[in-house]
Amino acid sequence: MQPIVSIKNLCKTYKSGHQALKDINLDIQDGEIIALLGPNGAGKTTLISAICGIISTTSGSVTVNGYDTVKQYRKTRGLIGLVPQELTLGAFEKVQNTMAFSRGLFGKKPNAAYLEQLLKDLSLWEKRDAALMMLSGGMKRRVLIGKALAHEPRVLFLDEPTAGVDVELRKDMWKLVSKLRDSGVTIILTTHYIEEAEEIADRVGVINNGELLLVEDKAHLMDKLGSKQLTIELRHSVSEIPDSLSSYQLELSDSGTHLTYTYDVKSTRTGITSLLQAVNAAGLQLKDLQTSQNSLEEIFVNLVSEDQTQ
Amino acid sequence: MNWQAISVIYKSEMLRTWNTLLQSIASPVISTCLYFVVFGSAIGSRIETVGAVNGEGGVSYGAFIVPGLMMLSLLTQSISNASFGIYFPKFTGTIYELLSAPISFFEVVLGYVGAAATKSFIIGVIILITAGFFVDLKIAHPFWMMGFFILTCVTFSLFGFIIGIWADSFEKLQLIPLLVITPLVFLGGSFYTIDMLPTLWQKISLFNPVLYLISGFRWSFFEVSDVGHELSLAIVILFLTLCMGIVWWMFKTGYKLRQ
Repeated sequence: MQPIVSIKNLCKTYKSGHQALKDINLDIQDGEIIALLGPNGAGKTTLISAICGIISTTSGSVTVNGYDTVKQYRKTRGLIGLVPQELTLGAFEKVQNTMAFSRGLFGKKPNAAYLEQLLKDLSLWEKRDAALMMLSGGMKRRVLIGKALAHEPRVLFLDEPTAGVDVELRKDMWKLVSKLRDSGVTIILTTHYIEEAEEIADRVGVINNGELLLVEDKAHLMDKLGSKQLTIELRHSVSEIPDSLSSYQLELSDSGTHLTYTYDVKSTRTGITSLLQAVNAAGLQLKDLQTSQNSLEEIFVNLVSEDQTQ
Repeated sequence: MNWQAISVIYKSEMLRTWNTLLQSIASPVISTCLYFVVFGSAIGSRIETVGAVNGEGGVSYGAFIVPGLMMLSLLTQSISNASFGIYFPKFTGTIYELLSAPISFFEVVLGYVGAAATKSFIIGVIILITAGFFVDLKIAHPFWMMGFFILTCVTFSLFGFIIGIWADSFEKLQLIPLLVITPLVFLGGSFYTIDMLPTLWQKISLFNPVLYLISGFRWSFFEVSDVGHELSLAIVILFLTLCMGIVWWMFKTGYKLRQ
């Protein structure tokens, strides 16, 4: 199946010499939600800006629905909606006027019924005649999403859509994203919030220093890279780990009652059975056992720190 | 052509004018009335006619300054409307929408410059009507007058658009209109013919492009001019072509728009 967005060997070097994107290759399938994770300055916004035509690229190519974003920009841009990171809105325009403006700018004829439904879906209907400068930050964020959806795009870029918004609004956004996906819109979002990627993305990409470190199915990524911890609670505290358990690289808690064993889920032999036998042989009495899995956040931090040490 | 985009840009810019009606329309009209009171009545009453040959013909000073006053407003308004129109999206960051929309540079220019030129044209007409209340106006060559009128609105709106893209602060936005355009208009024969000046200043004035504009425009009213009206037209068209070339280059290279 032809990807809806295809990025090939994309590079961007600014006039200052800063290489913001280094040979990015990525195919995005129609209808999926992909989250791009990365620290500040990683190149997430640059990548989105290059696809949308806001910045020029140094080399490489991008196609949207098979059309080249430079040579056939009218076709590609009409398919794309962009919600920028900053709350970039005018001051005096009315909410419904600015959305109608965006629709027209993308070459679509006025459609009052569609815009009314969109305003209602975004809980902006009551504010339709309000001047933009009178809106709260959260409302402005909704307007930006409305503007991006005003021309009924097939691909939606959300650049840190929930940065600085409260928990309630964030959950509303997630619901909206989910609804959009159900309607067939492909969504590419950048985020700092790992929980956001965990919650809504189908695939996760990690970008750092302009390089796409990996792109994986979210569940697969967590299975592949996630390690698990087994915490053994002892009935009686110990001052040190017995020598017979040294090969397991256990960590002893300050209170001396908890031993933590970290193991790799992708390994065929986790070593849990032998560890428990060794604990028993060492004369330690078990009170309880608990396991926990690495979150996407820990995976992300590990990846980025590994990249920086290389 | 993305006509929808051109239409929404044009309408949105015109709506901005409507929302700031007092500042946009009333302000230039009031200042023009003041010019008529001060120059036309107070000073003009001491000057009988301008442009008379051997004591024959010529026009009253009050009527003589009308084309100059119109040009003063047209130039400043065209530049200010167009420069602000494109600078404001840059300032607020909403320019991202223009850059990511399926719209060509020509269509962007058509929307913004078209709206700025329309607004200047309306102001020019209002000033002309206002002047009619103060002096007896006759237009000797209406087609030439309309030609100069429209060309000036379009050319200087384009020039304003260039300034709007070039400027990266409100200070820079005001810099050229205040420090370059206003002096050129005042020294370009808005209120006098250059033969009233000493010989040296007459020669220096010929390097002022605005002189040709005002002179040609004035000729279309009274058949009184400092330089030939064909030359005036050629200079305006030359400046228009230059502005179009610069705007084309700006979009082609993404100058101050696309990194």
